[in-house]
Amino acid sequence: MIGGVHDVQMPGGAQAQAIVGLWHWLLPICVLVFVAVMIALGLALWRAPRASNDTAPDIASLSKREPKVTRVVIVAVAVSTLLLLVLLAVSVMTDRALAQLPLENALHIELTGYQWWWEARYDDPDPSRMFTTANELHVPVGRPVIVTLVGADVIHSFWVPSLAGKKDLIPGRDTTVSFRADRAGVYRGQCAEFCGYQHAKMALFVIADAPDDYARWADRQRAPAAEPSSDEARRGRDLFLARSCAMCHAINGTSAQARHAPDLTHVASRMTLGAGALENTSSNREAWILDPQQFKPGTNMPPQNIAPQDLAALSAYLASLQ
Amino acid sequence: MSAGSLSGLGSVASTQALRERARAIVGRGETMLDGAGFGSQAERALQQAWRDEPGLLGFLKTTDHKRIGRRFVCTAFVFFVAAGILAAVMRMQLAFPDNHIVGPDLYNQLFTMHGTTMMFIFAVPIMQGMAVYLVPLLVGTRNTAFPRMTACAYWLFLFGALSLWTGFALNAGADAGWFAYVPLAGPQYGVGKREDIWNNLINLSEAMGLMVAVDLLTVILKMRAPGMSLRRMPIFVWASLVTSLMIIFAMPSVMLAANLAQFDRTFGTHFFNPAEGGDVLIWQHLFWFFGHPEVYFIFLPGLAFVSSIIPTFARRPMFGHDAVVLSLIATGFLSFGLWVHHMFATNLPEVGKGFFTAMSLTIAIPTAVQIFCWIATLWTGRINLRTPLLFVLGFFFILVLGGLTGIMVGSVPFDLQVHDSYFVVAHLHYVLLGGAVFPLFGAFFYWFPKFTGRMLDEHLGRWQFWLFFVGFNVAFFPMHLLGLAGMPRRIYTYGAETGWGTLNLVATIGAAVIALSVLLFIVNVVHAWFKGPRADDNPWNASSLEWATPSPPPAFNFVALPVVASREPLWTREEDEPTHVSGLSAQTREGLVTTVLDAVPDVRYSYPDPSIWPFIAAITVVVWLFWSNMTETGMFYGLIPPAIAFVAWYWPTRKETVEQLLLERKP
Repeated sequence: MIGGVHDVQMPGGAQAQAIVGLWHWLLPICVLVFVAVMIALGLALWRAPRASNDTAPDIASLSKREPKVTRVVIVAVAVSTLLLLVLLAVSVMTDRALAQLPLENALHIELTGYQWWWEARYDDPDPSRMFTTANELHVPVGRPVIVTLVGADVIHSFWVPSLAGKKDLIPGRDTTVSFRADRAGVYRGQCAEFCGYQHAKMALFVIADAPDDYARWADRQRAPAAEPSSDEARRGRDLFLARSCAMCHAINGTSAQARHAPDLTHVASRMTLGAGALENTSSNREAWILDPQQFKPGTNMPPQNIAPQDLAALSAYLASLQ
Repeated sequence: MSAGSLSGLGSVASTQALRERARAIVGRGETMLDGAGFGSQAERALQQAWRDEPGLLGFLKTTDHKRIGRRFVCTAFVFFVAAGILAAVMRMQLAFPDNHIVGPDLYNQLFTMHGTTMMFIFAVPIMQGMAVYLVPLLVGTRNTAFPRMTACAYWLFLFGALSLWTGFALNAGADAGWFAYVPLAGPQYGVGKREDIWNNLINLSEAMGLMVAVDLLTVILKMRAPGMSLRRMPIFVWASLVTSLMIIFAMPSVMLAANLAQFDRTFGTHFFNPAEGGDVLIWQHLFWFFGHPEVYFIFLPGLAFVSSIIPTFARRPMFGHDAVVLSLIATGFLSFGLWVHHMFATNLPEVGKGFFTAMSLTIAIPTAVQIFCWIATLWTGRINLRTPLLFVLGFFFILVLGGLTGIMVGSVPFDLQVHDSYFVVAHLHYVLLGGAVFPLFGAFFYWFPKFTGRMLDEHLGRWQFWLFFVGFNVAFFPMHLLGLAGMPRRIYTYGAETGWGTLNLVATIGAAVIALSVLLFIVNVVHAWFKGPRADDNPWNASSLEWATPSPPPAFNFVALPVVASREPLWTREEDEPTHVSGLSAQTREGLVTTVLDAVPDVRYSYPDPSIWPFIAAITVVVWLFWSNMTETGMFYGLIPPAIAFVAWYWPTRKETVEQLLLERKP
């Protein structure tokens, strides 16, 4: 299952909730104005007499004023201005509400956007408790999260509609976004700033867990990769380290420490492959390794020429990276 | 007829003798003055003086604003259809989840080409083209102020457009979006020549825009018919004035940005490279400082079409003429205070963003004033419900809806949710198609008789309108919902699990209906062009000056330049007022310059003759740009041919010198 909630009108946290509150002002006022203008236009058409090309023009208005109509138009403009002021006030209030999200005891994450995947580093005052994962954030329900956004190559944009509005990841200018998930669940997000070839397949999943579940998940993420238990998985690990895999990917607890592609220390625990391109199953992992271009044309990972029994061993190893 | 030798000219002492000599060379007798009616000798003289050479050379040399304006409109419309076809391909790709009609590479080119073409090759040029055609007629003069510049602007625009599309045909279509954000469009991530070609197009199309703007500005301020004071100026002319001023302030910004980007690409400068102290956000500021006003210089002419059509078909002068004019001016100013609302998701200071929210809401007020004035005009008028008015009514529905979603996205917090989502795609199409294309079709139906001397078919027009109106709403309304459901823009595909499939399919069906409606319009135009009923001078019985001359107008527009005594000159002819100017030479291309505020006759003005040099100059400029993309040295050596062409352009000819002498003016 690679779904997840991604709807502006289905908020799962405080920030998105505040914006829905604003939407509930914007929508009725705008609908009201639209209907009023259409009724006025309809009435104007209905009541005005019909004419033809030859009807003599009525030029009286050039020489005399039309006070009645003028009054109506002035009132209409005044009412429009008043409504705009109301909307401006509500907008400013919402802005303040967003800025006033309580941030005590916040979880700090540094999220880096690459073409076309996300790297997340969970910060901790104790460096040994920091860990790195990719394309998937787990956050505890009810605890605020401050995400520092780093653009590594081109501009990307962080957008998880059910949790918070957008924030761009701009090379050379770090930005931050803060949000709080108030309901447990899977929230889908996607890069929202056009970032090149595979902009379409750059999803980000935010999984809001109960605080205890989150703590367990974080502890597991901090641990290095488990020592493979079967011979086949061990052979898979050796293949991983001997082949080109280790030139881009990192697996903690092994000598693979490259940072050009998603960290695979706990790859089997994630929902998707290729930033939402594929569901993360054993067979999909094998198909992805053989030819990632088939699922995400343009991705930086090249196709692998690998014998079937080697692929099976590699797959067994990756499956063990829970 | 033309000159033997002028060698003795310099040594002739007496002016009288000089004039005699000149007259002998040109071979004319008495100086013929204009001011008489059609069928007179003066008309024949005017025809002779304003004649274009026949054949290809005449086609390339012409400086007739009507021919050039028509070219602008036709060329831009061809590209409108082409960019529409790209949109249709995109809609087919998005009709179903995980569709495989086009891949990411082509899709990225498709939406970049669609946006770039619609904004730079369709919307701005067609609006300027309409103004080039209409403004000299509306203010009652013979041509634009700088006719050779008008011609050159068209050629620059044409070559820029062709080069962009040639690139696309050769798989070098720009693919970084119509906004070409760096670093994606920079040297490191925008490899190949795709973005070079895009930057060239920006240079060429913006040069075109600036040249036409300067030209129109001069016509409007200095060449109005005597008596047409600013307060009597038609609203369309006011809109052209405001738009031209906006273009002069906005377009240099994007040209600067494109050239800085091109320096980064060609010479390895680091204006936009954060690793070397550059800043990627500067691009966005420069781009949107142009990009937001651009929306309004597409939209203001649209509003002005509406203000031209409504009084004619409500059979009364515009209600609140002054309020509408002031609203146009206010919109022009305010539109420069909105650009940051395209950048709400960047890390600019929050307080600053609040200012741009306030401005984005404020600009709704002048538009509201105009909408209420139009409704009041219809309310108090007598309605002649023909196709042009039908398009205006469609405009009301769509523009008001798009304007209201514009107010929504003007609010920072809400925009953070829908920014770069399909909600914005819906909004911008409601505003731009509603605000510009619906009035434009109305304007086509309204002025087609003037352009061609033929009437478009009403019946087909109504079919076209209803198909367009229904198709448009079916195509674009669902996009609001898609945006709220989290669908980002510029994605070439989406998974079935997102649930976006159904609404996308509906949108695609709507797009097909739009295509059908545009096809009907083309059929209507082709049919009318050859077989449509003849139009008389003023088929709609309208009030402005373009209807005071035959349909289509002769090359010199008016046999006698009109004199204006009211805001609605053709509805309020008084017996005892002068109706026309006389005393300008009919044998040469002469016009009248009037004062800025009150249009009091000031001086006589000689229009330049047709010339091949604007065409050649445009070619040399295009060659220079592409040469400079290929090698750094091309940037410098490539400047030599344009320098030669521009000198030749301004080199006075013997015929011109002699004519100036005949008219007692120093050459």
